[in-house]
Amino acid sequence: MGIRRPRTIFLLILVLIAVSRVPAVAQADLSGEWFPVAHEDREVDRRGGAAIGDYTGLPINDAARTRADNYDASVFALPEWQCRPHGVDFIPLGLSEMRIWKDTDPVTQQFTAWRMHWLRSADDRAIYMDGRPHPPEYAAHTWEGFSTGTWEGNMLRITTTHMKEDYLRRNGISRSSMAHISELLFVHGDYLTWTTIIYDPAYLTEPMIRNASYTRLPTQQMPAYPCPVIVEEVRPKGSVPHYLPGKNPYLTEFAQKAGIPFELTRGGAETIYPEYQAKIKAILQKAATK
Amino acid sequence: MSRGLNRAIVAFISMFVLAVCAQAQDGEIHFWPVHGNVYMVVGAGANITISVGKDGVLMVDSGTAQASDKVIAAIQQFTHQRDPLGPELPVRYIINTSIDADHTGGNAKIAASSIFKPLEGGEKIIAHDNVLLRMQDAGKEFPENAQPTDAYQTEQYKLNRFFNGEGVQVIHMPAAHTDGDSVVWFRFSDVISTGDIFTDHYPIIDLQRGGSIQGTIEALNRIIDLVYPEFRVQGGTMLIPGHGRLSDLTDIAYYRDMVTIVRDRVQDMIKNGKTLEQVQTAKLTVDFDPVYGRTPGSAQRFVEQVYRSLSEKR
Repeated sequence: MGIRRPRTIFLLILVLIAVSRVPAVAQADLSGEWFPVAHEDREVDRRGGAAIGDYTGLPINDAARTRADNYDASVFALPEWQCRPHGVDFIPLGLSEMRIWKDTDPVTQQFTAWRMHWLRSADDRAIYMDGRPHPPEYAAHTWEGFSTGTWEGNMLRITTTHMKEDYLRRNGISRSSMAHISELLFVHGDYLTWTTIIYDPAYLTEPMIRNASYTRLPTQQMPAYPCPVIVEEVRPKGSVPHYLPGKNPYLTEFAQKAGIPFELTRGGAETIYPEYQAKIKAILQKAATK
Repeated sequence: MSRGLNRAIVAFISMFVLAVCAQAQDGEIHFWPVHGNVYMVVGAGANITISVGKDGVLMVDSGTAQASDKVIAAIQQFTHQRDPLGPELPVRYIINTSIDADHTGGNAKIAASSIFKPLEGGEKIIAHDNVLLRMQDAGKEFPENAQPTDAYQTEQYKLNRFFNGEGVQVIHMPAAHTDGDSVVWFRFSDVISTGDIFTDHYPIIDLQRGGSIQGTIEALNRIIDLVYPEFRVQGGTMLIPGHGRLSDLTDIAYYRDMVTIVRDRVQDMIKNGKTLEQVQTAKLTVDFDPVYGRTPGSAQRFVEQVYRSLSEKR
């Protein structure tokens, strides 16, 4: 036994080394044309977008809340922002068609990466499966970020760094460029489930998790999506739309329309957990007695 | 999962990713390809930009004095590795984007080294005239061999010949970080070295050296006007900031937005008769601090500089 155990460990190490050097192979075939399945978040994250001041269910900190409070959507009319795409962690929610295909090394024919393109992508997204390292921090950040993937059974786990700053919710809730994300992709039949876990040391106090779904649509033909920049609004050169602290007139609109106290709209990690229901009841009772 | 555990996971994963990515903090000099002949050099204090090619090496900024030996050795090694059978590539020019010691500290040593071989009749160390004047005023801090040999007084300065196949344009940005700021535009590679007008932290507005918040915003907007994105605010003209990562239009637009918004907030409080102390207490940068104010005290310093810049203007 005393002799066998080291041998077993040695053999195990050899197997692990061998496995780690096996070229990336797909445990599930992601390639093809995918169409988004509208889900419960569609009205908040898509269509008209989230209401100003609706931070419910977001594990944000005070800095994120303050930034959103002073946000003016007119900033999107600035030439610099007119053609911005969704960032890598928002685009799966974007209800736009998507294509996935395989990249292979032309010489070795080894599978190197999954490539993805959404209707409104800036560039094709690559998920490198060949074990390459992430670039140094001083490399450029992009809307797609830099992604590497590994298979865990039939689940593809993607780790992404080097993302540009983007919105977590399209009402001014921001995610910083210091963030990184994990994505978990499962194919089951003709459906693809896409879970995104966002870690942002700047604006989140806890990981933020959200899901999207797609269904195969082999006949889909994705159109081009050009984006011309035009003068949408004439304003003094150099001005950047925003509200001064405490001057956003629309901040309480969501609470008023939903008929709930303002403090229930402010988000924060506690609003994710079931225990928060008791607090909601207490706040509503307090409001009713006023 | 408990909230405490969640926070611990966030902290652990963030530390892991930072450790993976923070390869520039290792005390070594790193070269990162940008476009064409242009590279970003990281690890010498401020970012250095170099153009490397058949004509030799052009440096935009020279890093700190302490890092200059490493910079010289690293450039020699890099140019040799890039073309082992080619001729030795000397440094032909140094362009300073401002007077700051982390941008000009290497001037003297590099200019005195064997790798510095200016072209006959060509420029040597180029900067705006205000950099030279302020260096001369400062006395011993900037020895004569660290000072610009070719100071320009005009709105812009074009290098007197193509270098490595492209025009190199030096543009003065008046009263921004200082009154001697230049950005350097590599016209064919389409890379702009911005100096400290654009960084990864709150702007340092050096009021003593003629900097101003309004000039900083105007300079940022002028750079934005020069930038041509490839598609969807991304790629195209690349920006090498004074500090921080390689950037493009999105990054500088976010930065410009932040600087403008903070300016507007401080301006509003001044308009309402608030004192500097009241402005500081109002925590006007709380929403941007996690991104641009990670150095302790930097947010307070920035707000004070904005306040004083706007107050003096009045």
